Amino acid sequence: MSQNLKVALVGAGKMGLSHLSILGAHKNVQIVGVCDTSLIVMGALKKYTQFSTYKKFTKMLDEQKPDAVFVAVPTKLHYDMIKELLSRKIHVFAEKPFCLNPTQANELAKLAEKHNVVNQVGYHNKFIGTFKEVKRIIDSGALGEIYHFLGEAYGPVVTKKKDSTWRSNPEDGGGCLMDYASHVIDLINHLISPVEKVEGTLLKSIYSKYVDDAVYSLLKLKSGASGVLSVNWSDDTYRKMSTSVSISFTEGKIISDASELKVFVKNEGAIAGYSKGWNVRYITQLTDQVDFYLRGEEYSAQIDYFVNAALKKGPNSINTFKSAAHTDTAIALIRNNSKTRA
Amino acid sequence: MDRILYGDNQFFAVNHISDAKSMEQSIRFKEDDAIIATLDQAIDSGINTFMCTTHDRIASVCNAVRSNPQKYQDFKIYPCMPYAHKYANAVTELGIQGTIKQYVPGNFFGSIFKGGKALVSKDYLSIMELLVDAEMKMFTGVNTPVIFLQNVITDLLLGLGMGEILKGFHDYVRKKYHVEPGFITMNLPKLAETLEILGIENPIICASINSANFRMSGGKELYEETLRTGKNRVIAMQVLGGGAIPPKDALSYVCSLPNIESILFGASSKRNIDNTVSTIQEFDKKYHNQ
Repeated sequence: MSQNLKVALVGAGKMGLSHLSILGAHKNVQIVGVCDTSLIVMGALKKYTQFSTYKKFTKMLDEQKPDAVFVAVPTKLHYDMIKELLSRKIHVFAEKPFCLNPTQANELAKLAEKHNVVNQVGYHNKFIGTFKEVKRIIDSGALGEIYHFLGEAYGPVVTKKKDSTWRSNPEDGGGCLMDYASHVIDLINHLISPVEKVEGTLLKSIYSKYVDDAVYSLLKLKSGASGVLSVNWSDDTYRKMSTSVSISFTEGKIISDASELKVFVKNEGAIAGYSKGWNVRYITQLTDQVDFYLRGEEYSAQIDYFVNAALKKGPNSINTFKSAAHTDTAIALIRNNSKTRA
Repeated sequence: MDRILYGDNQFFAVNHISDAKSMEQSIRFKEDDAIIATLDQAIDSGINTFMCTTHDRIASVCNAVRSNPQKYQDFKIYPCMPYAHKYANAVTELGIQGTIKQYVPGNFFGSIFKGGKALVSKDYLSIMELLVDAEMKMFTGVNTPVIFLQNVITDLLLGLGMGEILKGFHDYVRKKYHVEPGFITMNLPKLAETLEILGIENPIICASINSANFRMSGGKELYEETLRTGKNRVIAMQVLGGGAIPPKDALSYVCSLPNIESILFGASSKRNIDNTVSTIQEFDKKYHNQ
């Protein structure tokens, strides 16, 4: 069993259970504990699984001494829990959004580096085949300089006026900017360059009383590129979340979502395997097979990546706390900008 | 089960390779009549089984079937439950407990939640049974010889090691509806192994099987090995790899494999339906002399 990573989970909600299922099927993982306060979920786990269940987080850590912990509680609880884990030198996989503000995020990123533990945040888009190919093309420099982008995400999360939940409270990490737009901002940070300046922002409430349901923002990146962010989680013309980027280069263009990649090449021979004009690739050609599938290859792929890093069999350079801190910084810039212009 | 089953992705804007195509389909099948007309074309092409998710709009299809008993006398529907996005969006919004409260009919659980009492195992199976009944309501009076559990639930339970709930679903479908239970999965080898351990013999399993190795967890070779055991009644889905494989090559591969009882496909035009049906028949002759 020395090859196995001892993993615990805190937060058995939708993402937590999804992680737990993938971890449960993982050949290099032994689940040593699950912590949550929900009676109904913990009751089911106690009754139907072999997992040890806990109400108290520190008790689970004391008793089980996990090598790694998946943190899938609401964002407002991340900072304290992750700090505790880092002080115990435990590898951490945290759900997104990472922290409520960039100060907390940067502190945790520094702590993780200091304690030399594997640290990762669940921005799963980076593990999707189409976006991985976008990254590869950008990094090759084959299409010249990027001067502008459009980053979008739409989906049907809040489609009518409803009772409030933690997602509808801005102090708890709720709202479209924190919960939905963070995916696109993080993807732009990763693909092109971190957001440095915000030139104008509209945070719109459509159905929610206290939080934004849509984010429209004009961004400047560190690289000098400009871009438009357009995200709306109250759009029920979409069946599920749909994220896309359109990137304008001096020598071409890329339009990509999670299933289809379209590349316009100006000069023949710029990218091996792509010809002059439009090229279309599908996720079916760009996705790597996983050992266990639940909801999308990317969810398993990000866990494989984390487990390999923790077992010292692979790198820990994608979705680090540091990169998530860039995203938290951009979120704060956008929020502040919306206030100053209001 | 019939050799060829007709699926419903095209009706509900499910397209694995193009969001633009999704929107086109959503516009084309806006009216329920458009769905029913296409189903009728499939029937004309010799298809008699419609495998569909328990989407709200399937209620109209069921109404059409009930009001034309003569026309649809040989027509079967395989419901696949639940329509996952309905619940997934609800969980994002209301949490797990809130979602159960919203969708489990009656006031059965109101008192339990209020009292903050832990549930006993009988309660969990009751939740499952009430949800199955709620999803089955629209199919009253329609011939549904197989009832499926959708892959997102099958695979979630599989990974969690909650085989007992899979067994609970299996037993309940047989007991209450007197029909065959089926499981949709993206993890055929692991599910087949688990169901065998649970004592479920010769289960009906629907899984992605295609020459592109797409959504075949653990890889094509492992899938082929599972098929060779002949211990499962397998339905092949996503045979066209989401549309990325040329149809002829795709169908040739699937037809050449052993122990695949049925092939599930979706198409929106009469021409594509006809082509798929005749191509499968042609390869079946070649490989199985049927």
